Formats: sequence, structure tokens, C-alpha cells
Amino acid sequence: MALLEIRDLHVGVEDREVIRGLDLNVDAGEVHAIMGPNGSGKSTLSHVIAGKLGYEITGGQILFRGENLLRMEPNERAAKGVFLGFQYPVEIPGVTTMNFLRAALNAQRKARDQQEFSTPEFLKRIREVAGSLNIPQDMLKRGVNVGFSGGEKKRNEILQMALFEPSLCILDEIDSGLDIDALRIVASGINALRSPERAMIVITHYRRLLDHVVPDVVHVMSRGRIMKSAGKELALELEASGYAQFEDAA
Amino acid sequence: MKQVLPKADPERSIGNVFAAARGRLPGAGLVPQIRASAFEVYERTGLPHRGMEDWKYTDLRALIGEVLPLAPRPDAEALVRAKVSAEQVSVDQAVKLVMVDGIFAPELSDLGRLENEVVVRSLREVLENSSPGDMAGLLLSTTSDSAISLNAAMATDGLVITVADGNAVKRPIQIVHVATALSVSTFTRSYLQLGKGAHAAIVESFVSAERASGYQANDAIIALVGNEASLSHIRVAAAASDAVNISSAIIAVGARAKLDLFSMTCSGSISRYQGFIKLAGEGTKVSANGVNLIRDELHADTTMVVDHAVPHCTSREKFRAVIDDCGRSVFQGRIVVRPAARKTDANLTTRALLLSDQAEADSKPELEILADDVTCGHGATSGALDNSLVFYLRARGLSEKDAKMLLIKAFVGESIEEITSENLRDFVTAQAEHWLQAGR
Ligand SMILES: Nc1ncnc2c1ncn2[C@@H]1O[C@H](COP(=O)(O)OP(=O)(O)OP(=O)(O)O)[C@@H](O)[C@H]1O
Ligand SMILES: [Mg+2]
Repeated sequence: MALLEIRDLHVGVEDREVIRGLDLNVDAGEVHAIMGPNGSGKSTLSHVIAGKLGYEITGGQILFRGENLLRMEPNERAAKGVFLGFQYPVEIPGVTTMNFLRAALNAQRKARDQQEFSTPEFLKRIREVAGSLNIPQDMLKRGVNVGFSGGEKKRNEILQMALFEPSLCILDEIDSGLDIDALRIVASGINALRSPERAMIVITHYRRLLDHVVPDVVHVMSRGRIMKSAGKELALELEASGYAQFEDAA
Repeated sequence: MKQVLPKADPERSIGNVFAAARGRLPGAGLVPQIRASAFEVYERTGLPHRGMEDWKYTDLRALIGEVLPLAPRPDAEALVRAKVSAEQVSVDQAVKLVMVDGIFAPELSDLGRLENEVVVRSLREVLENSSPGDMAGLLLSTTSDSAISLNAAMATDGLVITVADGNAVKRPIQIVHVATALSVSTFTRSYLQLGKGAHAAIVESFVSAERASGYQANDAIIALVGNEASLSHIRVAAAASDAVNISSAIIAVGARAKLDLFSMTCSGSISRYQGFIKLAGEGTKVSANGVNLIRDELHADTTMVVDHAVPHCTSREKFRAVIDDCGRSVFQGRIVVRPAARKTDANLTTRALLLSDQAEADSKPELEILADDVTCGHGATSGALDNSLVFYLRARGLSEKDAKMLLIKAFVGESIEEITSENLRDFVTAQAEHWLQAGR
């Protein structure tokens, strides 16, 4: 059984069909890249998997370990191991990163009937993870993403992924806004989490990230459908040829 | 629940209430005369109503109709209930002074723990025993407001707190106003005088005991903050959900002094907190903040007048309201900068968070600037919770309720964090959280 199985998914946003019959299977241990032109529905797909409101699922299904994901609350999905690294992480003034991470982690653990982390246990965990991603401690004391640079916000997403240890990681343009050093840190953070039990879907516009995080499969998405799936060399091909051929076909 | 009352003739009934109460109102010498004239001032307008600009959102004439008879002196059984309620709102380390149905209750208070730096007497005792000259000032007021005039006429008791020049009171003094009765009115009036360079923190809590209902509480505090003195005044009002609470604070602040004012209203059918702050000495800093937490059909009005009378003073105001169900929150903030008050730096923001479609927020920030060379600003916003923030938190594992709770806490925290004392900040935060939990 695939870890994630999407069958003939149709999604409408404000009376327009944005996902139009999408199929995707992702097995544990695999890294899938999704590339595609602006507006092709990549972020919509990631939001629908994570459970954001405001989308109308008009057809198809999403199974996670065989369970109907679409029937679960977003927090249930998180507790079951679905993680979305946002293209645009929001700023939450007045909630410190530290308090937020602790509340979120313990909420997930509680939902899984695991014991909640004590303060010292949590602090130890967060120090380790932040250290490995070069995230200074004082950033954790600020409001979630408040005043963070674009790159810092993305690093904060990876920090959360590393902390929660999800089994499905969807990273929506995690590479946008990163300088060369930050890209390397983020990529090694992602690679450190690659494991036979865990799958990743990496949405990106650039081959650069895929040089560091080498995918098993590359998909081209256009106008709400997967148009082509192939090995990592497809990323190279796309860089040369662009998306025009797929747009026509869609 | 709004009080549903027959349309009474308020003017007639209040005359009866005053006449009936007169014999029980403390005060020797000139006091009865002062009360009578305060009552006359009140009677000229009667209960505050929408025709008065400052009360336009809180029309007491329409909302409460009449003033209820004065509360009887609490009996032993009432004191037992009052004790239970007063214990539920304890500020860490504080010296507690308890007022029950408008009467000081020394048996429930910690008079023995008062520090030597502070002198506390009951208003009743002061009015009965002082020389006529001293007493007169206690019931006179420079603020013309009919609720305050009525308070002067009817005040049954209160606390007169004095901190001499240079004295610092370490422990907070907590005045707990407990209501125990049904369908009565209470009137309390307290005084606070901080000498030159003195420091004190006063917390006022308004609570209701079990079975208390439908009462009307009218409280006033008059404070004089000396030069270089520093006062924290924190008020948390949680009246019964069918009760009325009207609190007035009239504070004059001397030169190079500090005032840290905070008021939170989290229950009461109709609540009005009105602060009149006069910056009367140069180089003074005032921070005046507040939160209205409103649900059901409750109505809370916070009205602040910050009056810059002299140059080189700073005032900052941050108000936040969280409104659920059919609740209504009013915030009026007026900043007056008088012609002499050059180099005034004044700012006020008010934000309302609407948790339901029927929730209502009215904000009226006003600047009245009569001086040149000043920096003044204000801002007002209102809106619902940002769904993208809620989703972000839920996508990280928090339930919808917990996510919203965290965001609401952060929102009210913007105002609460202005309280300088950590101890008092924690107290207020706990009270706000208690309100949030109660709505789950
Ligand atoms: N809330 C919304 N309201 C209206 N239209 C929307 C909304 N969300 C998405 N869309 C539309 O759906 C389409 C797909 O958007 P989506 O953000 O999924 O694209 P994307 O592939 O992630 O693009 P990009 O590469 O630019 O990030 C776009 O045409 C977009 O305008
Ligand atoms: Mg996108």
C-alpha cells in the first residue's frame, strides 16, 4: 500500500476547477518532486492534503496509509504524520516560536497517545534541532515568523519538520528566497530526514534544490493535472525545454 | 442577559432611593449637605443617557431604567459567601482589603499585613470622625459626570489610602469588591494619595458571590499621584452576568511621575469603566491600557480621557476587545492636549476581535489638540480572527479551539503585556484565561 494515494482528485476554488483529475502515488522512502508553471495548482494540492478550508473537493479521494484523509481535521492529519512546509509561512505576533512549537508538538503527541514532553525534554530536543539548522536561540523567543527574513521563515519550516518527525513531508517552494548557504543548510536538513519510513513531496521551480535533494520521481503538473512523471533527469529536461509542451496538452 | 425592567420613571424612583438611604449614609458636619448638593447635580440630568456625548453608546436610562434601593448591610451569612468569592481572586503577595455590598469588611481583610509605609482607613470612619475641612474634599469632584455625582451622594463606604512622601509599598494592595445581594445598588468611593516619590500598586477586583444577582455597583476611585511618585492601578471587573458595574477613576498625576493603569472587564450585563487622567506635572509618563472580554448579550464600555495639561508628558494607550455571541464592546478614548502642553507625545490604539457575526464593537478615538509641537496619533481596527493563522496552527497539530485560543490570548496579551509588574501581569493573564476557558 502506498503511503499517499491520490485518485482522480478534482478541486474547485471559487467556482473554478483548479485540480482536474489528479492521480499521485507516493511510497514510503521516496522523494517526489513536483514542478510546473505558476498557477498550475501545486499549492492548492498541498493545501488540500493538509486540510485547509475554502476548497471544494468535487471528486476523487486522498488516502493516507489507506485512510481517508479528506475526512480528517487538519490537526488530526498533522498528528498522523502529514506535514506541510508552507510556500508563504504566516507571521503570528504575540505567540513565541518556543511556546508554539511546544504546544504543537505536545498536541500531536497527545493525539497519538504518547506522553507529552516535559519542559527540559522539549528544550533539549529543540536545542539539538535548532543547532543543526543554524537557527539562533533568540529567534525562538520571538513571535512565530515575526520580523523573520524570507530565508529565516523557510528555515523555521524545516525546523518544525525536523522537530515533528512527520512521515509525509510536503515542501512547497522551500527553496524560494534562500541564499546559497541557506539552501545548503535547508537541503541537508531535508536529507537528514530522508528515511525508508518517510516520504517527501518537494514542490519547486528550480533544479538547484533537486541537485541537493535528489528525487526518485519528478512530476510535471500543469492546469491541475500530472502531465508527466519520470526520473530525476526530467528536471534537467524541463530546464531546457520549459513547460509549453505540457500546457498545450492540458 | 440584559436586565428586563419595566419602564420606570427613573427620576422619581431615584429620589425615593436617596431619601430612603439618607439616614444610613455616613458623614458628620458638612457631609450631609455636600451629599444633598451632589444629588441635586445628579438629578439635573438623571441617569446618563444617549443624549450625553460621553454616554452615547451606553444609555443607562434605556438599559437599566432605574436605580435600585441601597443594599442592606451584609449579615454574617453574606460575609461567609463573600469570603469564598474574595479568595478566588487572590493576587500573589497582596494585602487584601474586602468591601462587601459597599461596606468595608475588616474581618475579611488583611489589615495586619499592611506595611508601615501605608495608612488605610475606611471612608466611613473618615467621614464620621475627621474635621469638616478634611471631609469636604472627599465627596467633591472636579469631574462633571452624573454617575460620579450620584456616587458622591450615595457612597456608603470606601478606603482612604495614604502613602507618605518617599515611601514605597512593596506588596500590592488588593481591594476586592464583593456583591452578595439581589436587586440592590451599592456605592463605594475610595481615595488614594501617593506622596512625593512614593510607590504603590493597587489592584481592584469586582466579583459576585454565590446567589448575588441583578445588583448595580457604582464605584469611584480618586487618586493623587505626587511628583516623582509611581502608581500601578489594575482593575479586573467580573460582575454577575445580570448585574451592572460602573467604575470611575479620577487620577491626577504630578511631575516626573509614572502611572501604569490597566482595566479589564470580563463579565457583567452592563459595565462601564471610565478613567479621567490628568497629567498635571511635567515629564510624566502614563500608560493606560485595557481589555474588554465580552460574550452572550453583555455590554462593556471603556471610556478614557487623558488630559495633557502641561508640557513634556507621554501617554500610551492600548485597548483590546474580544467579543463573542451578541456581546457589545465600546471603547471611547479622548486625548486632550491643552494649549500649554507643548512637546506632548500621546498615542492610542484600539483593536477589536469579533468572534461571531452578531458581535459588535464601537470605537471612538478622539484627539483634541490645542497645542503646537506635539506628537499624537491614534488607530482603530476591528475584525475577525485571521483564518490563515488558524490554519497554520492547526496544520501543526493544534485543535481548532486551541488554535483560536492561542491567537486570542496573543491578541489580549498585546495590552496585558504593558503591565510592568510581572506578578500583576500574571494575575491578569490568569483571569483572562479563565474567561477564555469558560467559553469553551
Ligand atoms: N483562494 C483562492 N481564490 C481564488 N483563486 C485561487 C485561490 N487559491 C488558488 N487560486 C487559483 O488557483 C490556481 C492555482 O493556484 P496555486 O496557488 O495552487 O498555484 P501554484 O501552482 O502553487 O502556483 P505558484 O507556482 O505560482 O506557486 C491559480 O489560478 C490561483 O489563482
Ligand atoms: Mg504555489
